[in-house]
Amino acid sequence: MRGSEAVVKCLKAHDVDTIFGYPGGMILPLFEALRKEKDINFVLTTHEQSAAHAADGYARASGKPGVCIATSGPGATNLVTGIATAFMDSVPMVVITGQVPSTLLGRDSFQETDIFGITMPITKYSFKLDRAEDLLPAVQEAFEIASSGREGPVLIDIPKDFFYADVKYKEKKVEKKIDKRPDADFLIYAAEAIDKIMQAERPIVIAGGGVILGQAQEELISFAEKYDLPVVSTLMGIGVFPNNHPLYMGFAGLHGRKAANNAVAEADLIIAAGSRFGDRQTGNLDKYVHNKSFIHIDIDPAEIDKNVHSSIGLAGNMKTILQLLMQRTPVNNVKTWWTMLKNWQKKYMYNYDGSYDVPNVMHYISQTINKKNADFAVVTDVGQHQMWAAQHIKRYKPRTWFTSGGLGTMGFGLPASIGVQLYYKNKRRVVHIAGDGSIKMTGSEYYTMAALNLPIISVIINNESLGMIRQLQKVFYGEKYFSSEFAYKMDYAKYAKSFGITAYNVYSMDDFIEVFSNAIEQNKPQVIIVNISKGFVEPMTRTDSGINTFVDF
Amino acid sequence: MKHALSVLVNNKPGVLLRVVGMISRRSFNIDSLSVGVTQPPEYSRITIFFKGEAYIVDQMIKQIGKIPDVTAVQLHNPKDAVYRGMTLVKVRTDDDNRLDVLKIAELFRAHAVDVQTTTLIFEITGQDEKVEAFTRLLAPYGILEIIRTGQIAMERGEKTINNYAEKKEFYGKSVI
Ligand SMILES: Cc1ncc(C[n+]2csc(CCOP(=O)(O)OP(=O)(O)O)c2C)c(N)n1
Repeated sequence: MRGSEAVVKCLKAHDVDTIFGYPGGMILPLFEALRKEKDINFVLTTHEQSAAHAADGYARASGKPGVCIATSGPGATNLVTGIATAFMDSVPMVVITGQVPSTLLGRDSFQETDIFGITMPITKYSFKLDRAEDLLPAVQEAFEIASSGREGPVLIDIPKDFFYADVKYKEKKVEKKIDKRPDADFLIYAAEAIDKIMQAERPIVIAGGGVILGQAQEELISFAEKYDLPVVSTLMGIGVFPNNHPLYMGFAGLHGRKAANNAVAEADLIIAAGSRFGDRQTGNLDKYVHNKSFIHIDIDPAEIDKNVHSSIGLAGNMKTILQLLMQRTPVNNVKTWWTMLKNWQKKYMYNYDGSYDVPNVMHYISQTINKKNADFAVVTDVGQHQMWAAQHIKRYKPRTWFTSGGLGTMGFGLPASIGVQLYYKNKRRVVHIAGDGSIKMTGSEYYTMAALNLPIISVIINNESLGMIRQLQKVFYGEKYFSSEFAYKMDYAKYAKSFGITAYNVYSMDDFIEVFSNAIEQNKPQVIIVNISKGFVEPMTRTDSGINTFVDF
Repeated sequence: MKHALSVLVNNKPGVLLRVVGMISRRSFNIDSLSVGVTQPPEYSRITIFFKGEAYIVDQMIKQIGKIPDVTAVQLHNPKDAVYRGMTLVKVRTDDDNRLDVLKIAELFRAHAVDVQTTTLIFEITGQDEKVEAFTRLLAPYGILEIIRTGQIAMERGEKTINNYAEKKEFYGKSVI
């Protein structure tokens, strides 16, 4: 069998039904094999970066590795931002790049790039093939590596001649690695952790994206309920703890809810589940760790003590560990703590008054998409709109909130929406929230969205600025705005319409309510441009102080 | 403080780059590095010497341990391990002082591996301190060139790097 056919067969064996990509000379043999494969849906994007983001979105939604392919040289380098985005958020992905024929390697041949070297620091693993015999085992292993332990992107760079080489196809059973039983030491640490939780006066749980990846939502809820623990989430953890649950305090961090940030700042014990204590979550580390102890649960042992020194570190399967932590009868007394927490919740409750600003727009979206029998996923780009969405759009289930947390990639939203929508098909519909800056980065994917007739509702928050940059220039550069305001007006509605997509301009809250409800009714691609004045995302914590010290605007 | 780490890896192209790249990505610095194929030849052994506080040691072990091609990571304790590196020193000599120089070399168990009318090359193995003392004594004669290999480290007694070969699936720690 030809190498290219073996690769396609292997993809099929790994349950791959959708591939995103873009053609070019060195990857064409694989395209030829894909053409003949009816069970795999190939999605042609308008740019390789988008193919990577779309595969990433597909993976975040499905929990399976997303697959994208590109040609050598410029095709491969265009993937880089998408690979780095997936890497930072621990998203399983298999990336296949074509490479110049092995006989031309190392001669600066046409469209030759060392993509293996370029992507080494942003992949979980990568394969550079020396012999055609290694092709198939590499593809098989790539899936195993991408989806085991802490998940991440894996790249395979394939010289063109290997696609033509004769290889033997051997079906390899995909073995799900079973977690080893926890060892004796581990059980002792878990027991110590329970003691610590029960002794704590002001304990709090931080739920991170790792709980979603570890499929441990139920365990997390039972764990928090059992010990009556308040829960905040990280940006990546939004949705894992139902946002209407009485124990939920909101999202914490640089732009987190005040009640949530106060709770974290005043806690004496932090139980972090699947969170890597990123700097957007902690702010100033010295202030953050002051007077606290930490129990850190993560699948990746290298995360324990990387950013925050913990008293107890438990590395392994999130489900198993949370179950272990639930084995005793609680005796803690957190009543006084809850009185404090409830006060903050009341004091800092957001007052939605229906005025025409982004928080009210997000609140309306939240109310609409969380109605009974409605099932929506929210995908954001990066900027103020992302933070407003995180603050005001309630999520109740894992894998219904998608955002670029680690890399903060503008342009992630639209292509990722395409991946998410393709996975959810008719079961769940995507609302994409972008800024007018972000949409200009990968807006060409409106072409793909229209071509596939995906019923994504894309909401552009048009503040005629790079709002988040403007905000930083206000706070740190004495309101000297530079390169953050768009003096040249663009007609986003016409832009969307040029792809054949229905688009609406909105100038008031009433407009928005009408247009958005209407968009929900129609099952087709739509773009809504919310033309709105410039503003600032509050709260914002002061990075030099504790996470409950806020910037005044 | 100076630390020595032995890393057993699959003997494949790119693996050294992966290990070294990981270290530089984390902004840690390497003092010395040596790599060689082991017996059996399916593996290579990398010895890394580096300086740093407990945090860096901990992260070096964990981050390197994460790399799929790494099969074992062993941190050495100077008391329980033998450290060795080789140095070649080229020193200027003449008929008058050649004997003096050779005497010094004998004291340090350095071997002359090349003898010319105006120069001598010595080979010396051992720990850094010994090599430094040797070169200090030779300096007045005029050292023309010094070259050092990276150091290697091996645990004394029964323990071998293979004891570390099975990576733990679960990891827990407690400092209460
Ligand atoms: C690819 C990329 N380039 C630059 C940045 C830096 N950056 C962060 S937010 C932002 C502005 C985003 O503007 P917009 O999409 O209009 O959203 P807004 O903040 O106005 O809601 C920029 C430039 C980034 N995150 N990603």
